[in-house]
Amino acid sequence: MSVFPYLVAVFIFLAGLYGVVTSTHLIHLVVSLSVAQSSTYVLLLAIGYRHGATAPIFADVPRGTRAVDPVVQALALTDVVVGVTVSALLLALAIEAQKRKQTMNPNELHTMHG
Amino acid sequence: MRRRQRLLLFGAGALGLGALLVWAAAGLPDFGTQTSAYASLLNHTAVEQRHATNVVAAVVFDYRGFDTMGEELIVLGAVFGVALLLREAREEDVGRPRDDVRGELVGAVGLGAATVALLVGLYVVMHGYITPGGGFQGGVVLASAFALVYMAGGFRSYKRLTPIDAVDAAEGVGAAVFAAIGVIGLALGLAFLANLMPGSLGTAGTLASSGSISILNVGAALEVAAAFVLLFTEFLEELQAERLGLE
Repeated sequence: MSVFPYLVAVFIFLAGLYGVVTSTHLIHLVVSLSVAQSSTYVLLLAIGYRHGATAPIFADVPRGTRAVDPVVQALALTDVVVGVTVSALLLALAIEAQKRKQTMNPNELHTMHG
Repeated sequence: MRRRQRLLLFGAGALGLGALLVWAAAGLPDFGTQTSAYASLLNHTAVEQRHATNVVAAVVFDYRGFDTMGEELIVLGAVFGVALLLREAREEDVGRPRDDVRGELVGAVGLGAATVALLVGLYVVMHGYITPGGGFQGGVVLASAFALVYMAGGFRSYKRLTPIDAVDAAEGVGAAVFAAIGVIGLALGLAFLANLMPGSLGTAGTLASSGSISILNVGAALEVAAAFVLLFTEFLEELQAERLGLE
């Protein structure tokens, strides 16, 4: 099946969203969001893949060798770092929620106080 | 909203979204058969144009450097957000850090591993535009060396190695390198983040090659390593404050 890897990305994304929607714990929620986000890595790298091609690094192979897409690899690379730091920010918010409301259950955080 | 209603709503939404995504995936080119014209163009010209044998690094720090600057600023914003939230909320200075009792062997092996991680990190950073690696990956490896110091040597050694002011400054300087290279380009009448040394790019495959890419690479490494160390510090201090509070 030639579109199978793309469908894997769709599945991971929806699985992550399911986790976010049904979450009863803020840390679980952040991890679910990371799962949904990791589908973008699969999608990007799947789009750039070429059968029989090497990495787009021409240090050991002659120029002009068939290589995979360097642009999507660059996007995935920054995606990973940004994803981790944003997760850290969300976890810091979770710590704040625990401190102020003594709960990690997002369902119990209805009201906002200024 | 009750759980049942929520699941029904999600089910309906996910079904629609899933159908659209599958439809979109079915319209993509067959897996592994072709790459975009943009990619082929870069693979054929980047080494010659930028003297960088790692085309991914050339894309990150040159062809799409402006994008990367945006990503760097997201990292900066997220990390400062964490620092702002957690530092603000910690009531008092954590004071004298408390360490668990650890074996000497753990310390020795851990510090040896940290040294190796530091060297590997520097290698990955410095050869970023030649072989696989670069500032982002190398920066994370560098930060892992500090995490190893914490695990093997305890919080006190970690704190001594990473003075918070120095880490904050490194974080800012890393991001400033991008802005500075960009603005210098503008002042010279070039495009923002244009390669500043087009005439003297050096021999591809050596450390002295690729022009501005090499500088931006080090800037990214500094920013990413500092970002991760800052995150470790904030969460570890939180843990220490918690332990103090429990006693």
